[in-house]
Parts: sequence; structure tokens; C-alpha cells
Amino acid sequence: MFSRAYKAVVTLPPLLWVTVFLLIPYLLMFCYSFWSVSAEQTIVHAWRLDNYRELLRVGVYWQTLLRSMWIAGRVTLFSLLLGYPLAYYLSFHAGKWKDLLYQLVIIPLWVSYLVRAYAWKTILGSDGVLNTLLQYVHLTKHPLEFLLYSPFAVVLTLTHIYTPFTFLPIYASLEHIPGNLVEASQDLGASPLQTFWRVIVPLSVPGVLAGATFAFVLSLGDFLAPLLLGGPSGIMISNIVVSLFGAAYNWPLGAAIAFVMMVLVVGLLFLSERLEKKWSFS
Amino acid sequence: MVPITTSDRPALAGSVSPSAEPLLRIRNVAKTFGKNVVLRDVSLDIAEGEFLTILGESGSGKTTLLRIVAGFETATAGEVWMGGERLDPFPPYRRRVNTVFQHYALFPHLTVEQNVGYGLRVAELPAEEVAPRVEQALGMVKMTAYAHSKPSTISGGQQQRVALARALINRPRLLLLDEPLSALDANLRRQMQVELKSLQREVGISFVFVTHDQEEAMVMSDRIALLRSGELEQVATPREIYSHPATAYTAQFIGHTNLLRAEVKKGVARFGSISWPVQVPDGRVLFSLRPEKIRLAGASGATTGDAVPFRGTVRHQAFQGATELLQIESPDGVVLSVRIASRREWRGELEFEFSPSDAVPVRDSRERV
Repeated sequence: MFSRAYKAVVTLPPLLWVTVFLLIPYLLMFCYSFWSVSAEQTIVHAWRLDNYRELLRVGVYWQTLLRSMWIAGRVTLFSLLLGYPLAYYLSFHAGKWKDLLYQLVIIPLWVSYLVRAYAWKTILGSDGVLNTLLQYVHLTKHPLEFLLYSPFAVVLTLTHIYTPFTFLPIYASLEHIPGNLVEASQDLGASPLQTFWRVIVPLSVPGVLAGATFAFVLSLGDFLAPLLLGGPSGIMISNIVVSLFGAAYNWPLGAAIAFVMMVLVVGLLFLSERLEKKWSFS
Repeated sequence: MVPITTSDRPALAGSVSPSAEPLLRIRNVAKTFGKNVVLRDVSLDIAEGEFLTILGESGSGKTTLLRIVAGFETATAGEVWMGGERLDPFPPYRRRVNTVFQHYALFPHLTVEQNVGYGLRVAELPAEEVAPRVEQALGMVKMTAYAHSKPSTISGGQQQRVALARALINRPRLLLLDEPLSALDANLRRQMQVELKSLQREVGISFVFVTHDQEEAMVMSDRIALLRSGELEQVATPREIYSHPATAYTAQFIGHTNLLRAEVKKGVARFGSISWPVQVPDGRVLFSLRPEKIRLAGASGATTGDAVPFRGTVRHQAFQGATELLQIESPDGVVLSVRIASRREWRGELEFEFSPSDAVPVRDSRERV
């Protein structure tokens, strides 16, 4: 259909882009993960598994990785608990307010991540909006310290930031459910609740999976929220990678951690895609 | 099919059945969407075990009327009664009415067997009762072999059968069918028409069938309700509605016809040079004369004493298999359609005739914007 030249012109630029900006950096990172740093602060190009052994041996690395997954897991759960009902309401009950509400969900995405993170800092701090309010109405005598610089603050902020990302695919999958399936279910005697569990939920599984993957993968690799709001107890694995590549100057170890995370994320994406395929029926 | 019982769904609307009453009564139903009037004052009775077709063009309101009975729309005015009980206050899932949807609406994530058993399972019937009934319903529509297939893997006609089984398994008192055959190709469609009709006789449930296809309506229905711009134009048996259309619209919509605007004076209708005896009051009267009621004079020996003769020139001839459709022009320049048995090509001026009783006076159709 199309000439060879046309095909080459169309496929070459993206191929080049992916090679130069993704494949080669990843490959470099993979190589780095086997090297080491000498006492004179130079990279030693010797191929060893020492960095990976270090990961397993030193508790702080794998414990932080596990804690990051635990934070990402909670973010995923809360994003789904917020995003699904919102998407359901918009798709089935919002009527003429649908477009407006949809925009209201989307607009925060246009606001810089940093601004939103700082906003939470202002709200949660010891002199922040929330603590001032709680003391003003005499619910608490002293500022609640766990609000800021804690895993709680990180989970809250990340949930706020990634809920639209879970909302969108769920909303899309709900919008794809033909109206006559819902009617057919009612027609066959199913109450609204039965229709929800037997028809709407199964048919929105692909959206839920996609949304959950977004929330989990994006928050697992996040380093700004823990940096700004996490404090010492809210450190996540990406913060360690950042410091290893920065002040600690141990690129090889940082690369090893980054590679482990990448394998984890790619595996997760693969699994989620398999499951989505299994649950899509169109 | 097992006779309808009311035991499995005790609290459903329309379960009580006093005799002699029509099963379904639609009383003065009207529906508007904003400024758009879709139905105005429709009243219709459906008898127990009847196959009634709501026939109409797209936009005539036929689907809306069906959806009001099913419970998916609320009438702006009027009432729907079933078996002596108001039906319209109940949501769809509380009505002993089931629907076969236009595009089947089978649940894509469930197998054929699970689709068919859906109604019984949501009614929380015990599994040992569900299984044999599903098996029986699948057998009824000859789909047993596909019990474990997903809907996306079976053909349109098979999906149609599954949709039918899924609705009938609930033993509704009334089955609504919304253009269920419109997505099928012509051959399969004719086959399904016959199957559907015999299935209806077998189960004895009232069917309300919506279609825009007048031939389909004629083949299957006990009665046809012709809907036009939200009002009933005529409700009658297929034979009655075909041979005695009440209005010009009916005559044209159901089959083909020639409309003759004649001048009636003292029991004689005059249309150009053609005149025939009638029993209607004087004035301008519209007559419907079916093409097949006009014949070649002396052709079949069917000539009766009172036949009305006239001459016409063949302008066009269309061979349609068993019959030929001629366009003939009378000496006054009036063009009429004539349907005769296929025999040969006709040319030039010929003698035609028709019986006066076949020219049926019809009401002029209401003009609407």
C-alpha cells in the first residue's frame, strides 16, 4: 500500500528517539549496576554482582523498597475508592452536570505537581490550616505532629495527585458499557444493586486495572512528595536513588536499585495488560 | 413450555389475572421530550396470548411506547395497566414483562448459559431449579450446543435466539420485542419470522412486536397497530388493515396502492373517464385501489357483470418473479399501478377492469408539520 520510503520516513524518527533516549540510557544504567566506585571516587569498570548483593544485605534498601510498595499500595487503594464512585456517578447519574464535573476532575491535572504538594504542606503543617482550625474549635490542644513529614502526608498527597489518573480509565470503561446492557439487566429482574455487581463491575474491570496500575506505578517511583512532605519516616526508594546519584556519589548502586525497580514495574505492566485483555469483551 | 406460574416472583406487578380483561391496557398515554411530542393520547389493549405488532416509520414513537410498557421511560400522561393492576409506578425489574432488545443486549462477559440463566439467578432461585430450566430454554431455541460459548463468538441469528430464551425463561406475561430482526439478513429474517411466530403459539405468551417493516408485521401479527407521528392510525388484523385501510396513509404504508381522488354524485364515483357505483355520500372522496385488484379485461375469466372497464397504455413493466408490476396511463393521463401474474411482455393500449367493491373509500390523511 505505502512505499518503502514512506514507511521508512514514518518509522525511523520514533525508532531513533526510543533508541537514543530510552534504550541506550537503560543499557548504560544496566552496565553501571555491575560496576563500582573506587576509594579515589572513580568508576571501576569491573563486572560484578556486588551491588545487587549489597541491596539484599543492607536492610535500609529493601526495607525502603517494601515501604514504598506499601505506600503505593495504599495510594492505589484510596485512589480507587475515590475514583470509582466518582466515575460511576459521573457516568450514570450526573445527567447534564456530567461535562462540568468531568472538567472539575481534570482541571487539577493542569496545576503543577509542586504547587499541589506545597499546598498540602500549608494545610498539614503545625501552623497549617488544618491544625489551626482543629485548635480553634478546641478539638485538639496542641498541633498534630503526624500530619506533616510522615507517611500519612505522602499517602494523602499522592492520592490527591493520582486519583484523576485512576478516575480517567475507570470513567472511560464505564462510558463504554452499552446502556442497553443495564436496561437488559433491569428488565430481567435485577435490582440496581444486582445490576451494579453483576454487569457494571465486571465490565469495568479493565478500567480499574488500568487505573490501579497508573496509581501504583506512578506513586512507587515518586520522589517529590516524600522529599517535601515525607520527613525521615516517609522516605521512599526513589529518594535513595536520587541521593546515591547525588551526594553519596555511588552511581553503580543507584543504577542497581533503579534496575530492580524497572524490572518490578515492567513485570507489573505486563501482568496488568494480560489481565485487562482477559477481561475485555468488545 | 411450562404454563405461567406466579409463585417464583411473588411481589411482581401484574401478577393477578382476572379473566376476560385484556392483559395489557394502555390508557391515553402521552410522552414529550422537552418540546418534542413523541406520543399523544395512545390507547391500546393487548389480549392474553395475542401477537400484536406496533408498526410505524422511524420517529413514529413505537419504540418509546414499548419502553413505557417495559418501564424504561415514564409516560408524561396516561396509565398502563396489566391484569387489573397499575403497571407504570413500578420500576422495570418489578414488572412481569421481558424485553428482547434491538441489538440483543447479551452480556458479553457471560456465557450463553449464564445469559439465559441471568433472570433466574438474580431472582435467587436454587441452582437445582435454574439448571433444568436453562437447559429447557436453550433447547427451545436450539442453542444447547452453544451453552458455554461467549456471545461474541456466535452469529447474529444465534444471538437473537439466546436473547429470546433469556427473556422467555422468566415466564413473563408479556414479551416485548424491539425490532429484534432488523439486524439480520433477509433470508435469516424470514426464517426467524416463522420461528418467532410458532414459538409464540407454543408458549402462549402475549407478544408486543415493534417493527418498521410492514411485510414482517403482516406475516406474524394477530393484530397490527399502525402508529403515525405519535398517534394510532389504525388497529386491526393484517387482512382487515390491508383490505380495508381506514386512511390513505394506512393504504400507502401497508402494501402499495393507487389513490383515486374521485367525485361522488348520486351513488356514482367519477375519476377522470372511469366511473363506478359506490355507497358513500356525495362529495370528493379518496379511494384506495390495490394494484393486484386491477386485472386485464377478459384475461382470467374472472370478469363479473359489474366490473368497471377502462383502457390504459403500458408505460413501464417490471418483472418481479411471480408477478409483473405495470405502470399504465389512462386516456386522461392518470398513471396507475397494476399487478398481474407473470406471463409475457405487454405493450400498447390494453383493456383493464376492477370490481367496484375493491375501490375502498379511505379518510384523507391528516396533514402534519
